Amino acid sequence: MGKPVLAARNLHCGYDDFAVIRGVDLDLLEGEFLGLIGPNGSGKTTLLRALTGRLRPTSGDVLLDGRPIAQIPRREVARRLAVVPQISSPPFEFTVREIVAMGRSPHLGRLQAEGPQDQQAVEAAMALTGISGLSSRPVTELSGGEYQRVVIARALAQEAPLMLLDEPAAHLDIGHQVEIFDLLLRLNRGEERSILCVSHDLNLAARYCDRLIAVSDGAITAAGTPSDILTAEFVGSLYGCEVRVDADPGGHIVVTPLSRELDGVGAR
Amino acid sequence: MKRSGLVWLSLALLLIVAAVLSLSLGAAPIDPMDVALALLSRLPGLSGLDPGLTSGQHVVIFELRLPRLALALLVGAALSVAGVVMQAFFQNPMAAPSIIGISSGASFGATVAVVSGAGIGVAGLGAVPVAAFAGALLATAVVYLLSRRGGSTPVGVLLLTGVAMGSLMSALAALVLITGQDPTRRDLDQVVYWMLGSVAGRTWTHVLVVLPYVAIAGGFTWAFGRDLNVLSLGDDTAHYLGLNVEQVRLMLLALSSLLTAAAVAVSGVVGFVGLVVPHLMRIIVGPDHRTLLPASALAGAALVVLADVVARTVAAPTEIPVGIITSLLGAPFFLYLLHRRREYAI
Repeated sequence: MGKPVLAARNLHCGYDDFAVIRGVDLDLLEGEFLGLIGPNGSGKTTLLRALTGRLRPTSGDVLLDGRPIAQIPRREVARRLAVVPQISSPPFEFTVREIVAMGRSPHLGRLQAEGPQDQQAVEAAMALTGISGLSSRPVTELSGGEYQRVVIARALAQEAPLMLLDEPAAHLDIGHQVEIFDLLLRLNRGEERSILCVSHDLNLAARYCDRLIAVSDGAITAAGTPSDILTAEFVGSLYGCEVRVDADPGGHIVVTPLSRELDGVGAR
Repeated sequence: MKRSGLVWLSLALLLIVAAVLSLSLGAAPIDPMDVALALLSRLPGLSGLDPGLTSGQHVVIFELRLPRLALALLVGAALSVAGVVMQAFFQNPMAAPSIIGISSGASFGATVAVVSGAGIGVAGLGAVPVAAFAGALLATAVVYLLSRRGGSTPVGVLLLTGVAMGSLMSALAALVLITGQDPTRRDLDQVVYWMLGSVAGRTWTHVLVVLPYVAIAGGFTWAFGRDLNVLSLGDDTAHYLGLNVEQVRLMLLALSSLLTAAAVAVSGVVGFVGLVVPHLMRIIVGPDHRTLLPASALAGAALVVLADVVARTVAAPTEIPVGIITSLLGAPFFLYLLHRRREYAI
């Protein structure tokens, strides 16, 4: 792991008078696969929006390669940092290829047409995400899982060394979940892309991430390797429920939430 | 590639046919072939084609119908391009200048300029588009600010805000026209003209006044084609793809208001063109704004020219304002689109 490529320093953000992020310090190291976990409403998405420069902090800084992100021109940021937001359906019937090709826009001038290098990046992104066959389909006709992969492909076409993803596997079945996380891991290991991924799936996060950061009520409550922080006690207090943490036969962490009805445990 | 070539060829042919019809038909019909030959004979080296029209027919073609045709072309192209921009701007395919009150805002601005004595001279006419621009900009900004809900614009909120804005602006325009003029001849014809939209009796002066606005704003808009694509995916995504969202939004707001204002300043409120044309063209050429914008400009030009032909022939010798024809076509289309989208929460 190298130097921090993306960092938050005493970051505070919020909407109107309501503070959502309260004093976060965070480093995404070069070549790292970092997971962001935490319950609904803990501020993960807000933190991600602040880290991308989309949301202006009320105080503190976000540093991209050591420079305040707000001072870097947007196009330059987009060439360094690609974002996969939670998906929402597009209003117009663009084809899959058209959507993926929009990932090239930070590399192109206002009147510049796509060149061979851009075509190549688009084809490669579609091939990696397994959507080449959908190339000319309108995105309005896709399933949630297919569209999720289109959005990931668009981020790949940006060819940015940093990728931030907000629950990239949320709409996918387990087969596609593993496929997407395998893809992220290949990008991380093979191309040394630095990845920050918000995930609700603790088992996937534990399996794939080098390091996890837990957010609760707008502040970081723990950071460390999955085996360090995913204890039954900590996960239970983070999500407000009883959990069992086991190792599967391969030695990987498995977190299972326990049921009040079926397992007879009390609420925390 | 082949398909897009066919589309452009069809649009060009449609426009030419519409133009020749527009020059031939009217109170004094002239044979379309003679019209075509008379036009061609004006080109260098083709003077031998002159079909030998009477001087009266010459005046009708070149002094009466040609400026009217040119104006209809410009109005149709401007309103269609403005519609395309607004739909991407609001990330909502139901947006269009006349639907969300922008045309009425322009019309209010224009009527204030007319009534306050701007007159019909070239200099005075210059003030009308500027005032129309101010009115359009005001209406767009208010509708935008009031209809945004957490980074998107829900259809229902947009349409209702636009309806209220349109009514307010039309009422103000009518008030200004009725109270602002010489009390001995309060001219309801003027009100009808601004509310319903017409290109009747327009001269080369009108054409020359709006041409630069439409050409420059249209050209700039085309240069924003890729930005419009990215912006139509939502503000967050546009930001992540390197767009300076606030800056581009301001620019697009200005461009679409300018295009609407230019059209309204010379023709009043010609309704539904900016809704119908972008929808049809999106089906034919797809949503990529780099092709959608020029295709909509051509189709919109042809649509308003044809609507104007109908407007002056269907009840001849009475002229119907062209805006009535476009609304007769456009309103049912709008209802159909709303019906098709009924699954969406209003």
